[in-house]
Amino acid sequence: MKAPRFGRRERPVVDPIGRPLNDPARELRDAEARGDASAVDVIADPEPTELERITGWLDERTGLAGLVRTTLRKVFPDHWSFLLGEIALFCFIILVATGTFLTFFFVPSASQTTYAGPYPPLQGATVSEAYNSVLRLSFDVKAGLLMRQVHHWTAVVFVAVIVAHLSRVFFTGAFRRPREINWLIGFGLLTFALAEGFTGYSLPDDLLSGTGARIAYSAAISIPLIGPYVASLLFGGEFPTAAFLPRFFVLHVMLLPALFAGAIVAHVGLVFLQKHTQFRVGRAREDNVVGRHFWPGQAFVSGGLFFLTAAVVALLGGLVQINPIWAYGPFDAPIVSSPAQPDWYVGWLDGSLRIFPPFEPVILGITIPSAFVPGVVIPGILFTIVGIWPFIERRVTGDRAPHNLLDWPWESPFRAATGAAILGLFAILTLAGGNDVLSAFLDLPIESLTWLFRFLVLAFPIAVWLVVYALCRSRQRYPAPDERPKGGIRLVRNATGGWEEAE
Amino acid sequence: MNRRERRAERLVLACFAVTFLTGLGLLGVYTLGGDTQVQGVLLALCLGGLGAGIVLWAQELMSNEERVEERHPLGTGPEGSAAVAEALTDEAGFSRRRVLQGGLVAALGGLAAALAIPVLSLGPAPGRSLFETPWKKGLHLVGFDNQPVKADAIPQDGVVTVFPEGFPGSADGQTLLIHAGADRLQLQGDAATWAPNGFVAYSKVCTHAGCPVGLYRAAQGQLICPCHQSTFDVMQGAVPVFGPAARPLPQLPIQLEADGTFTALGDFSEPVGPSFWDMRLGG
Repeated sequence: MKAPRFGRRERPVVDPIGRPLNDPARELRDAEARGDASAVDVIADPEPTELERITGWLDERTGLAGLVRTTLRKVFPDHWSFLLGEIALFCFIILVATGTFLTFFFVPSASQTTYAGPYPPLQGATVSEAYNSVLRLSFDVKAGLLMRQVHHWTAVVFVAVIVAHLSRVFFTGAFRRPREINWLIGFGLLTFALAEGFTGYSLPDDLLSGTGARIAYSAAISIPLIGPYVASLLFGGEFPTAAFLPRFFVLHVMLLPALFAGAIVAHVGLVFLQKHTQFRVGRAREDNVVGRHFWPGQAFVSGGLFFLTAAVVALLGGLVQINPIWAYGPFDAPIVSSPAQPDWYVGWLDGSLRIFPPFEPVILGITIPSAFVPGVVIPGILFTIVGIWPFIERRVTGDRAPHNLLDWPWESPFRAATGAAILGLFAILTLAGGNDVLSAFLDLPIESLTWLFRFLVLAFPIAVWLVVYALCRSRQRYPAPDERPKGGIRLVRNATGGWEEAE
Repeated sequence: MNRRERRAERLVLACFAVTFLTGLGLLGVYTLGGDTQVQGVLLALCLGGLGAGIVLWAQELMSNEERVEERHPLGTGPEGSAAVAEALTDEAGFSRRRVLQGGLVAALGGLAAALAIPVLSLGPAPGRSLFETPWKKGLHLVGFDNQPVKADAIPQDGVVTVFPEGFPGSADGQTLLIHAGADRLQLQGDAATWAPNGFVAYSKVCTHAGCPVGLYRAAQGQLICPCHQSTFDVMQGAVPVFGPAARPLPQLPIQLEADGTFTALGDFSEPVGPSFWDMRLGG
């Protein structure tokens, strides 16, 4: 005869830090010893709870209970700088969400139409369908301008956070064995993000973005031997073409996001498999992970951070105007505005084009165009160095050992100095990309500023390298954060009257 | 529950209340007409309340005990990789069939050639397109409205953007007609004969990166590209004097007609716009 069930299963009750206050196994032994058959039955084969029914249903069909349980209990090291990559991921999600809204209104067409909307200065102007649709989205669709500005601001923040995350990984040596593959994937994500930014920037078909597309076409055409073909295949003929907008649209909303999403899955999946790196503090060792459980602590913090990220870009998109294309006017090949500045993350490329000296040799009849070295070779070299850095560093240091503990940035002066010099070079090139604005602001002739930047672009990275190298070496003389004794150092007077550190 | 926890709980609730109220407020503002700034602030508060509440909840009210997890080497050792290598090769008989391996590589090469077809359709072969513009002998120099430009409408130091008749707005035919003054121009040879009465015409497409060379400093007689500040000396045949451009702006041969309009004597003598590798090989 089956004993009657008296109620719900006795749950293990724990105190706030997880120590069990009761013990079902012990109670089962006690009940057996007492010979209480009904109690034994309830304890050994309890009624499943509501949640257990759901998880059981799913597990029966997927067999994933073990994996899910391991994932929920996975330990994540806690440091603010580890959240940068997460913020980049959140930006991507916000970009997909706001971007989807924009696609419902955007018309990727270069056909000409007459503007007849509510913005007086452009009424009657001949504009492309693309430009017209972005104006309609901005002025006629309720909350359309907000969505558009949030999308643009998120893109601006997105690239910045990716660069910050990449710098964190670089300066702490997180890319070392066994994480070289993830460095390469992350580098791919950076290039996809830049391509996303540039294609998206070009879509409204306004005067400023059209000028940017024109420069990109010129850089493509400058590639020796195959340049005119590459440019023609990419843009669908000689610039400006009608094919360019629909093409960039498909790249921007389909191909590049798909590549990006796939690479993100691989990027995060590898972090999951390899477990996160950690700083050398507290109980952290090479062969453990110290932090908090993924669920609920880490997951809640990350979820909250997602909404906080969204809040920041919503505030920017609501209050700070960005890319007012009605002020720039529609793209028209013979017209140009001054000053003409791209989004910040392309500024360095523009700066490289601006300050490079006129260099156009003709070798055996073959012309090396003036835009080739500053527009293709220099970006190519810089990006290659960044992309293959784990292998360069391994060659230089000979360090092939696996590392799960992070370096403090000063512990590898060569790496820190080189990384800072590269960032310094990008900074100078970005400033040079605004030399006309600086010239007006500082009231200096543009020629003098250009010569100054030509000097700085060589001198500043070298100076940064030397200074950072020296700073790292001097920092090494002091104990690392994990070695610093709590409550300071105790000094004692020695026999000769000097001071000594007490043990 | 201690005092600290009670306070944290009230704070989290307040955050969630902000989200609830601003969310409703946002809907109200939207319905009443909507204002980008107000909607942006309300949306930020709505999202921010939720985010702050969740983070506070995690930081103040959850067990933040430090956990330690073992980290095991990822690799499965030489046996593992050997087993994979064996599984990859033993049944296929890969390593023994050298001829078939070569055949497979050749077949994939053929497939790659076949796949090039759609790629090559993406754009026409450049052909002569980069060498030519719509300019032809006898075409009038016209404005954006396709009406011929008259000499007496351009004062000394005046600059007009002109196009080949029938192609107003042409991207590669865009040209600057400058009234530089016969006494200031110092052109040599043919170029001098292409500048009637002190009017000279240069391609408006920068030879560096293709931007329209839109700024004219009349006092110095210099054209400046606003994109990268390449500077060209109008009086000396538009040779670059500063900035990254290395090639002069091509000069359009023009003549002044009896009715005061201008016509072209032909196309530019060299490609306009940014340089490309075979521009001096003639395509």
